[in-house]
Amino acid sequence: MKDFISSATQDDQPFEKFLRRRHKIAKVWQAVFYASTLIAIVFLATLLVNISNRAFGYVAVENRIDPDTLAARPLDDLTEEELAAVIRERLRPNRVRTIERDSGALEQQTWDQLYAIVIEEIVQPKVVKSYPLLESLFFPERVRLDVAENYPQAELEFRSWLNTRFLRVPMSSRPELAGVRTAVLGSMYLILITISIAFPLGVGAAIYLEEYAIGENRINRIIQTNIDNLAGVPSIIYGILGLAVFVRTLGTFTSGAFFGVEGASTGRTLISAGLTMALLILPILIINAQEAIRAVPNSIRQAAYGLGATKWQTVWYHVLPYAMPGILTGTILAISRAIGETAPLIVVGASTFIVSDPTGPFSNFTALPIQIYNWTTRPQDAFRNIAAAAILVLLISLLSLNAIAILLRNRFSKRI
Amino acid sequence: MEKTIQKVESVSPASPINLGRKIRPGETLIQSILFFCGAVSILTTIGIVYELGKEAWLFFGDPEISLVEFFTSTNWRPAIGEYGVLPLVTSTLITSVIAMLVALPLGLGSAIYLSEYASVRVRSILKPVLEILAGVPTVVYGYFALTFTTPILRLIFGQDTVSIYNMAAAGLTMGIMILPLVSSMSEDALSSVPRSLREASYGLGATRLETAIQIVVPAALSGIVAAFIVGVSRAVGETMIVAIAAGAGPNFTFNPFEAAETMTGYIARISGGDLSYDTPDYNSIFAIGLLLFAITLTLNLVSRQISRRFREVYE
Repeated sequence: MKDFISSATQDDQPFEKFLRRRHKIAKVWQAVFYASTLIAIVFLATLLVNISNRAFGYVAVENRIDPDTLAARPLDDLTEEELAAVIRERLRPNRVRTIERDSGALEQQTWDQLYAIVIEEIVQPKVVKSYPLLESLFFPERVRLDVAENYPQAELEFRSWLNTRFLRVPMSSRPELAGVRTAVLGSMYLILITISIAFPLGVGAAIYLEEYAIGENRINRIIQTNIDNLAGVPSIIYGILGLAVFVRTLGTFTSGAFFGVEGASTGRTLISAGLTMALLILPILIINAQEAIRAVPNSIRQAAYGLGATKWQTVWYHVLPYAMPGILTGTILAISRAIGETAPLIVVGASTFIVSDPTGPFSNFTALPIQIYNWTTRPQDAFRNIAAAAILVLLISLLSLNAIAILLRNRFSKRI
Repeated sequence: MEKTIQKVESVSPASPINLGRKIRPGETLIQSILFFCGAVSILTTIGIVYELGKEAWLFFGDPEISLVEFFTSTNWRPAIGEYGVLPLVTSTLITSVIAMLVALPLGLGSAIYLSEYASVRVRSILKPVLEILAGVPTVVYGYFALTFTTPILRLIFGQDTVSIYNMAAAGLTMGIMILPLVSSMSEDALSSVPRSLREASYGLGATRLETAIQIVVPAALSGIVAAFIVGVSRAVGETMIVAIAAGAGPNFTFNPFEAAETMTGYIARISGGDLSYDTPDYNSIFAIGLLLFAITLTLNLVSRQISRRFREVYE
């Protein structure tokens, strides 16, 4: 643009024309800058649409046995006894015995349980084709034609892959029957362990660095630089650290063998994953907590000292209460990082197929992001659908966490 | 009450109580506990370096594996004893370069818009949106890469040229993932340029664009470069997107439409299976992890140095 100025003076170009040209260029570039911001937003929208597109939509379902032929009346109207009779009639005795061994005699089960058995074991619905949401909404006729042509046996129904059943049932090898129960519980346990380790350590470190480490002490400077650098270490490296230290070296403790707990045979347990995750979010937590403590006005400390409080009394009764909202906000943000983190869990050894709920810190586990990863990498279409539904569960819990963080920030920031 | 006051008065002139000198074991204990909390981070770093170093040492201690072969051979086939890390490194480079080609221009553009053009109201809407984009877990981006970016690429360039798993889709999606990071770091750098510089520029008759490009961006260049380098470091260390979308199996190629495994993708795949200790497979993830750690640490240190040393200080 310097060229324009020089050429303008040299060629004696009329000033007005030159100015118009400069303004035109300015406008074009402003549009470019605006567009690049918009592109980011368009991508976010595309991401959400793409996921909803897979999580809802028409599906063509083929039943192995038509449920209407099972009994004289529709299945929904049958009583418990009739359902049990249907099960005994249709299933091989061996299979019935296995079911009874796992979950009690047929006659003692609830209607819901019996109904589930009838569907899973006898009717065996199979999704032969699933249609994306957009197509289902805007071209339902085309979907109907396609089903009539290619899958004459199949019934067309609108399905939300994300439903209450999906949240209630555990993993299954058949996508139609799979759910995220074990994964959600695993994630919750994991976060609980992570936070109960990382929160005290992180806040303690932040207090030390902000309140005690005064003056240019060499050790303190090293700690600070070190924390800043740790925040940039890729998460998979933490996974490798966890594998080597918590899973392998401390295996007797993390498998629960040392405490006499009957748990996993190896150290690939919830506690190992929780410890690894705690180390991962520690730098983020410390940096956030430091900022919150730094924001407490110095006059409050001076006043406490003036009244004869000791250092710890000042910190505990005056600085921390003021800094707590900020610290909690930072903690919630760190949690939302931990919930979505997948790579370290893969390395530490999350199991991909677990049907029983986690029982304690020493049990094998799976987590929501692990489940999403596992389902995404399967070739069948229907697994992509449930992966999308699981992603929605993950995103909704993240959004609500962030909303809580924002509320906390707004509510308490007015106090000081 | 009166009695005690009298007592204190009668005692104090003789021997003044110096509370500052008083030994407080509780306080000292608390201080040591807090110091320990801070030291955990040092222990973490030592742990990372020690464990990675130890297992990598075992890996290179194997007579079949030499350092020269590790860095020069273009074949990574542990099954037949070929350990050349180059295919993993090139695919990491390619995905990172593609990611930065997306993230740098878009991130810088949106940073300039947000810091120089946007009104307070527009900013208050756009910034949270970018923050949400930054908060989406990477496994979700991986899903997006596989179910959206790849089909689009195959539609544009043809089914034959683009394979189902490819580096381009992974790289492009990773660019979107890094965009908010580059944008927010650059914006911080741009907004910290003092207002007086802009006023001076406007006073000389410059347009908003001329001020932004010729005055503000050069003044904030150290911060922008630092953001770029942190972005590269993030791209190199990113795992889930490449593990899902870039394909499994090392492949020495420079064609972004082919499948090729990156360093992080390799670590994820090997450790995801049943891994037994002290096998070459097990040790190899530590060797590659060490390389990855060294690369990202160097990038982060360089970024910090640049933003510290080359910062233009005004006022």
